[in-house]
Amino acid sequence: MLPVLLGVCTLVFALIHLIPGDPVQVMLGEGATAADLADLRARLGLDQPLLDQYSHFLSHLFMGDLGISFRYREPVRELVFDRYPATILLAGTSMLLACLIAFPVGVFAAVHRGKFGDRIATTLSLLGLSLPGFWIGPILILIFSVRLDWFPVSGMEEPGAVVLPSIALGTALAAILTRMVRASLAEEISSPYCMAAAARGLGSWEVVWRHSLKNALIPVVTVLGLQAGVLLTGAVITETVFGWPGLGRLTIQAIETRDYPLVQGCILMIALTYLLVNLMTDLAYALLDPRIRYG
Amino acid sequence: MDDAARSSQAMGLISLFRHLWKDPLGLLGMVILLFLSFLALAAPLLAPYSVGAQDLSQRFAAPTTLHPLGLDELGRDIFSRLMFGARISLFLSCVVVSFSVLVGLTIGAVAGFAGGWMDDLVMRGIDILMAFPGILLAISLVAVLGPGMGNLVLVLCLIGWVGYARLTRAQILRAREMEYVLSARAAGARPERILLFHLIPNISGPIIIQATVGMAGVILAEAGLSFLGLGLPPPSPSWGSMLRSGSQHLFDAPHLIVYPGVAIMLAVLSFNFLGDSIRDWLDPKQQSLEPGGG
Repeated sequence: MLPVLLGVCTLVFALIHLIPGDPVQVMLGEGATAADLADLRARLGLDQPLLDQYSHFLSHLFMGDLGISFRYREPVRELVFDRYPATILLAGTSMLLACLIAFPVGVFAAVHRGKFGDRIATTLSLLGLSLPGFWIGPILILIFSVRLDWFPVSGMEEPGAVVLPSIALGTALAAILTRMVRASLAEEISSPYCMAAAARGLGSWEVVWRHSLKNALIPVVTVLGLQAGVLLTGAVITETVFGWPGLGRLTIQAIETRDYPLVQGCILMIALTYLLVNLMTDLAYALLDPRIRYG
Repeated sequence: MDDAARSSQAMGLISLFRHLWKDPLGLLGMVILLFLSFLALAAPLLAPYSVGAQDLSQRFAAPTTLHPLGLDELGRDIFSRLMFGARISLFLSCVVVSFSVLVGLTIGAVAGFAGGWMDDLVMRGIDILMAFPGILLAISLVAVLGPGMGNLVLVLCLIGWVGYARLTRAQILRAREMEYVLSARAAGARPERILLFHLIPNISGPIIIQATVGMAGVILAEAGLSFLGLGLPPPSPSWGSMLRSGSQHLFDAPHLIVYPGVAIMLAVLSFNFLGDSIRDWLDPKQQSLEPGGG
């Protein structure tokens, strides 16, 4: 975990510092004088050797200092932490919605494998996988906000504002999870222990609930963990569509205004959350399958 | 390539087409893809209007017989622009996936086959890149490099090869102790020959599946980046850019976002249907378990 964490921090640093082009020139524009450029470069520490800049970046990062935003003139840490809860709320509700759809549909499809209902569920899940969130978003706004006036068009002030962004963000995850639950459960149902349980007279639903589901959940949790990180990045686009005041929208605004410390802080925060979720996924295996503890 | 290998390849293709013919979703995917490819290739000949032709008096016009999908905010024919947009999406997905597979396959195969420090080094690098959500890395890189076709291809290849390298390595690790590899070694075959002529052809199935689904991923990534203004700049008829400009007129002219979105969805759906079907064909054992299987 630690080497990967250091690698991620290095990558974020490299993104801003090793790419060709002069950020100071970009910030001040073409009309800036050499003295202005040198002055700002010195104030930002960009005139120091690269290794010094890197050690400065890491030592400040270790103390939780992500620098000062060029645009807002506020500490990046505060800006990032202000927006972070909104992104977590959106990602959380999207995941909840995806699970609420995927588990019943996936279980139903696995139990009725090969039948009409399974084929419908399978086709719909492929369709859900193919719908881009940045397209579903505006379509949902058109139908449910403009035509029906059920939900607000943007922002998060009004109750219910989270519903449409969650649908837009959670659709692909629901599709992926449905396919995963179905495939994993279908494999378990075909295992000898489930066939033996069925041979002893247990009904198909009883076999699923009492025997197969828990075992089938292990690969599903893996996918859920990996996709949680994808949700965080998907939020960058969804938040832009719905004007959701989260970290994703802040990232895009920072990119548009070339606010490099803020871009760095936002990317680092999303990447660290992604790593943390992956770690939590690994820990969740042990809860679901005690054998993994001794493995 | 000898006659036996060529004949075996031809039989494989015939078998794939037979499988697609029997699988309705796979066939549908194939038909949609062929249709989009035809539109893309024939765009300069068949498109009713050129990509930049404007009729400012007809801005935001709804679909008519002359303009089957209507006109955009600059009075340009949406249908013609979608045809030219198909060229961008399909070209980009082919180029990015080809480069990503080439790089990923080479690095993954060498790491998996060589083992030791080389494998460790490659895997740590892959771990770091995989710890970084792909689209976020793409957004960050394009933000720094700037939008444009060249940078877009570079960035999508930079994030794309990692998955193929990881998959190839895993497949090589599984296959390198198999009897056909051991017998090739015992017969005195050199490592590069074993890798090129024995291992890679035998592990290509999962890579073909991932590449097919990867094409869909590239189309979505390009459209997403263009939607954020980080892909192809205007007046490029990229589907994502069309969605971006259309979303600014969402309430006045919803048809501006409906059609580019449908085009993206159809392209992605076709690759997903095909990928699913090819997986069933390559691994019949999974057919009864994976979605779509009987």
